[in-house]
Amino acid sequence: MNLRVFVPQDAGAVAVGADEVTHAVEQAAAARGLAIDLVRTGSRGLYWLEPMVEVATPAGRVAFGPVTPADAASMLEAMLADGPHPLRLGLADEIPWLKRQTRLTFARCGVIDPRSLDDYRAHGGFQGFERALDLGPAATLAEVAASGLRGRGGAGFPTSIKWKTVADTTADQKYIVCNADEGDSGTFADRMIMEGDPFVVIEGMTIAALTVGATKGYIYIRSEYPHAIAAMNAAIAAARRGGYLRPRGGNSNRGFDIEVRVGAGAYVCGEETSLLESLEGRRGLVRAKPPLPAHKGLFGKPTVINNVLSFAAIPFILANGAKAYADFGMGRSRGTMPIQLSGNIRHGGLFETAFGITLGELVDDVGGGTATGRPVRAVQVGGPLGAYFPRSLFDTPFDYEAFAARDGLIGHGGIVVFDDTVDMAKQARFAFEFCAVESCGKCTPCRIGSTRGAETIDKIIRGERVADHVALVEDLCNTMKLGSLCALGGFTPYPVMSALKHFPQDFRPEQLEAAE
Amino acid sequence: MITPYEPWDEARGAEIIAEHAKVEGATLVILHALQEAFGYVPEPAIPMVAAALNLSRAEVYGVFTFYHDFRKEPAGRHVLKLCRAEACQAAGGEALAVRAEKRLGIACGSTTADQRVTLEPVYCLGLCATAPSAVLDGRLVGRLDHARLDALIAEAQA
Repeated sequence: MNLRVFVPQDAGAVAVGADEVTHAVEQAAAARGLAIDLVRTGSRGLYWLEPMVEVATPAGRVAFGPVTPADAASMLEAMLADGPHPLRLGLADEIPWLKRQTRLTFARCGVIDPRSLDDYRAHGGFQGFERALDLGPAATLAEVAASGLRGRGGAGFPTSIKWKTVADTTADQKYIVCNADEGDSGTFADRMIMEGDPFVVIEGMTIAALTVGATKGYIYIRSEYPHAIAAMNAAIAAARRGGYLRPRGGNSNRGFDIEVRVGAGAYVCGEETSLLESLEGRRGLVRAKPPLPAHKGLFGKPTVINNVLSFAAIPFILANGAKAYADFGMGRSRGTMPIQLSGNIRHGGLFETAFGITLGELVDDVGGGTATGRPVRAVQVGGPLGAYFPRSLFDTPFDYEAFAARDGLIGHGGIVVFDDTVDMAKQARFAFEFCAVESCGKCTPCRIGSTRGAETIDKIIRGERVADHVALVEDLCNTMKLGSLCALGGFTPYPVMSALKHFPQDFRPEQLEAAE
Repeated sequence: MITPYEPWDEARGAEIIAEHAKVEGATLVILHALQEAFGYVPEPAIPMVAAALNLSRAEVYGVFTFYHDFRKEPAGRHVLKLCRAEACQAAGGEALAVRAEKRLGIACGSTTADQRVTLEPVYCLGLCATAPSAVLDGRLVGRLDHARLDALIAEAQA
């Protein structure tokens, strides 16, 4: 039997040389006259080890990493001999960082060939869909409700309530929309799953369509993700060939089909109503709610709009039962969260685990501290709109309510680590500046407030009437938080206020500090 | 290698618009297709899109200007994008952006006088665990450092 070698085609692995490694492995095999089966997979999410190459052995898949093209020939010899190699990591599943995770949503990511429907089925794919077909819409909805799944995009709204509202609304056309506009810095789980296990997203959306009676689905992917766009398009084509998706027309009126639409570089389109406007071909202006998208969504029709990770969690819940999912987690945060560790971190990547793990465990223990070796000073949790947490709050458990209680949010599960060289006044200014650039302009607190906020922080940095201007920023943040239409203006105060609260010394110019 | 773009041609533009005009919410789809063909969205195309979709010119122009992706004029021969978002900031991305501006002699968001290189910011490529990141003509590069950045700039200037 040919040697089966696996190299990730994940954009994160490609960015650090996975394509070059693939080429080198193929050349080394050819030079040796050896026939190998080379499979391009997604990433397992251990990015400090990427490109991580695996080989199938009778005992399981053995990993090597981080591999460079120059290592290809010697690695191939070690694979053939099942012998030692400096980059050999042992059995992939036994790598502690992977072993201590609870991979429900990401179970197949990095393992299977994302372009193969057969491979997906061989690893439990479409079992959730089959069970949903057996159960029927009402019982499927009950399963989703019992799982406790909350929207993984950031808001944490119960998924089943959105679905039920759409199911209960009568209309000639309903839509399923998948929000893949993953614009938050420090988040890449949507990208990884679309590249590494795209069929799970299709399966989740198809189950949603069955449950609420929708016939058309859209996946809105940001243009910064060309690899994910290609992977989803290929998977949709394969799912059509396999009969899982059916373009409307022909002799079936029960078909459900999915189409990929590409964003155009507007961060605010990650907000669900802005995304719907964009899908309709307009400026991504946020809509006032009500009406809810579940009543009047895309083209005014009832629409289920969920994040990629919410849809990707559905097949497991249906295949294994709501209890198997809900048994994990704490409080009202049930199941697992694919947490993304990045920034200045030693062991960055995707860590899926049950809710309840503390921030400190994630950063120090799992993440191994900073890549620079300097002390961790701050971590931003939940993207550009998430709060900065100091070390003193590292006992916060990863849970929607626990983070809210400490004036933060878990958002889409991204954690960005900063060392002690970070200037928190600069980070606060960036939060305002980013909001100013990305504001859709519809509501005043966001459009004007963000610009005034950046100007006021500049005055603080210059040492002009610092106490007055800090009070002004606090007042402004309060207005933005309470008066903005959506989370962009409404949550920009989180990074700003947390920086002010936990790192006040960064907002006091040294000369003033010395004079006091 | 980068694909050379076609020069603006009204008939070709009309063909591209007609190809996509029937899909639901076609405006962004058409603007993307035009930019893919011509490298930017030529101004004469705006009223053509409006006519095809039964929209006003202002509506189409409004969509065109709302989104960062759409270009009013062609970019330089090579486009180097540097991620400026938080995860890359934490990993030293800002110093690299300053270095790139210095070496190219232009500010981020502009094109060199010889039309060779456009330097642009991008807010997250989703490569946050291998930060800092860049993309040169669609090719992703992670774990950027001074040497890798200099190599990318040299490649773009060649």
